Amino acid sequence: MMQLERTTRAERDAGRKALVPFFTAGYPGEGAFLDLVRAAADAGCRTVEVGIPFSDPVADGPLIQASSLAALRAGMTLRRALALTARATAATGVGAVVMSYANPVLRFGATEFAAAARDAGVVGVILPDVPHEEAAPLRGPLAAAGLPLIELIAPTTGAERVARIAADARGFLYLVALTGVTGAVADPAAHAAQLVGRARAVTDLPCYVGFGVSDAEGARRVVRDADGVIVGSALVRLLQSAPHQTAGVGDVAEFLQSLRKALASPAREVRT
Amino acid sequence: MSTSEPAIAGRFGPYGGRYVPETLMPGLIELEAAFAAAWVDPAFRSELDALRRDYGGRPTPLFRARRFGAAHGGGAEVWLKREDLNHTGAHKINNSLGQALLARRMGKRRVVAETGAGQHGVATAAACALLGLECVVHMGEVDMARQAPNVARMRLLGARIAPVGSGTRTLKDATGEAIRDWVANVATTHYILGSTVGPHPYPTIVRELQAVIGVEARAQFLAATGRLPATVVACVGGGSNALGIFSGFIADAGVALVGVEAGGSSAGHSAALGRGTPGVLHGSYSYLLQDGDGQIVAAHSIAAGLDYPGVGPEHGHLKDTGRAVYESVDDREALAAFHALCRLEGIIPALESSHALAWVARRQSQSPALDGPILVNLSGRGDKDLADLVPESGGGGA
Repeated sequence: MMQLERTTRAERDAGRKALVPFFTAGYPGEGAFLDLVRAAADAGCRTVEVGIPFSDPVADGPLIQASSLAALRAGMTLRRALALTARATAATGVGAVVMSYANPVLRFGATEFAAAARDAGVVGVILPDVPHEEAAPLRGPLAAAGLPLIELIAPTTGAERVARIAADARGFLYLVALTGVTGAVADPAAHAAQLVGRARAVTDLPCYVGFGVSDAEGARRVVRDADGVIVGSALVRLLQSAPHQTAGVGDVAEFLQSLRKALASPAREVRT
Repeated sequence: MSTSEPAIAGRFGPYGGRYVPETLMPGLIELEAAFAAAWVDPAFRSELDALRRDYGGRPTPLFRARRFGAAHGGGAEVWLKREDLNHTGAHKINNSLGQALLARRMGKRRVVAETGAGQHGVATAAACALLGLECVVHMGEVDMARQAPNVARMRLLGARIAPVGSGTRTLKDATGEAIRDWVANVATTHYILGSTVGPHPYPTIVRELQAVIGVEARAQFLAATGRLPATVVACVGGGSNALGIFSGFIADAGVALVGVEAGGSSAGHSAALGRGTPGVLHGSYSYLLQDGDGQIVAAHSIAAGLDYPGVGPEHGHLKDTGRAVYESVDDREALAAFHALCRLEGIIPALESSHALAWVARRQSQSPALDGPILVNLSGRGDKDLADLVPESGGGGA
């Protein structure tokens, strides 16, 4: 079993809901990024998602697009993002799952990327524009380096398709809780229960819900069913609206603590 | 009529595929099945044929450009396939009508589209008005400024324009926004992609809908001259007008196929096939303009419809197999050809199509010139470009 899956299963077996924050590599600055991963570790996160900036991120809404563009303008590259990730994970002990689009990885070379990611302490890879049908040529090289390619299912994914995707899933299954791009306004809990139900019917892999989880209440409701939540755009929003980077990091740290607290006491109210 | 039908999962050789978020995959699979069923349904085909004829103005004429040929043809005959005479001013209506009919057949009441020059946006707005579909066109702010007449046309036709202010603010980012819109609204919405790009099945659907250009042109050319052209030339942005006309001649091994990309200026270019490398953009694997780190590089062309850093996957395959060759002409050459056709033939061509004409003029000024007849796909008319080229025209008559 790969390292990521040992972590995700152990966390679930311990009765703990996972909190996975998403940070764009190098945003709002390299030092601030390292501080953000530290804040995640302090909030009890075992895994963080690190976005490799890309010029044309079609799965992302305006907030993550803007963070990606800002990091690129500041000179971020795939190689630098991996080096930065290596520093962050070495300093904190959290596992990093990197999120990239297909093109930078193909340009780097799938095998070379897998080796470089492994050497940087990366524990998993998410490629949101690589659906299950296109994944095989990438899954092999990544697996050879001990890295799972995280599979995603969406509200539009039918039961038969969920079964096919889940059969190849490792680490955790990523449940996209809304029909849309990251950061859209939605009630993630509305889809989460149904998605988790579909997934549980075919896999015992931990199920994490992302896209559209923006506050403690949403996170709490999502983990009534799911094993963890992934939060991204809400963090970028805090970083964007802060007067300076230090304040932004502080706001994110505080927010992650509030999420952690909410996850420790899952919602028990009557479902509507 | 297929050219190089994808063997597996929409691949043309190594190119193509479906690189989209999982949210869209069921929609693409549904679209693939719906198009396959519609395309063999005689009722669908006859409705499309009737609209092409009575609404779109097909068949478009084949015209021998004698004065342009005498001045710039190097002794060869130059023939024009007059796609500029289509309703809404370009070949784009061939695709938009077909896909709007498909949207209605699939029960989708809302349509989204991307547009660069505005020709695809106008064609889609018209087709949606005709069929009573809601239409949202994503368009970069740079293109809205340089193609103001088409923005006005789309609004008159009832479409809502969604300005795109991110990234390059041109066709690349408009396409990204259209994809995001579709991701969010896939249950109710059909995305009418305007070129032979994007995830499978779009490159195949758009080619099949544009193949009418080549089928007509081949029959017309034979009827007019008793032979086939020696060379068929078309401009290539995403590549739909080129694949449309190439489709008619691809099985004729003796007919040379030439795609002309935008060489741009010192500010940049759009020659994805000529100077790009393979990668993934907007859902498919094909040639594109990228840097060493896999970031997409902004394209440049005087012609907004060619100002795109990618190209359709089937063109990548035609390039690699050598069945078609791809060259480029720059902004200045395209402008010279634009003016030449205006003065010599009384036809105002689109700046995009002017690239194909410019290739003929340059090629035939070299020695030895091609001696067989040359067929140029005159993919659109230039009214939309007048505000840019002739400021005193006050917006090109929009």
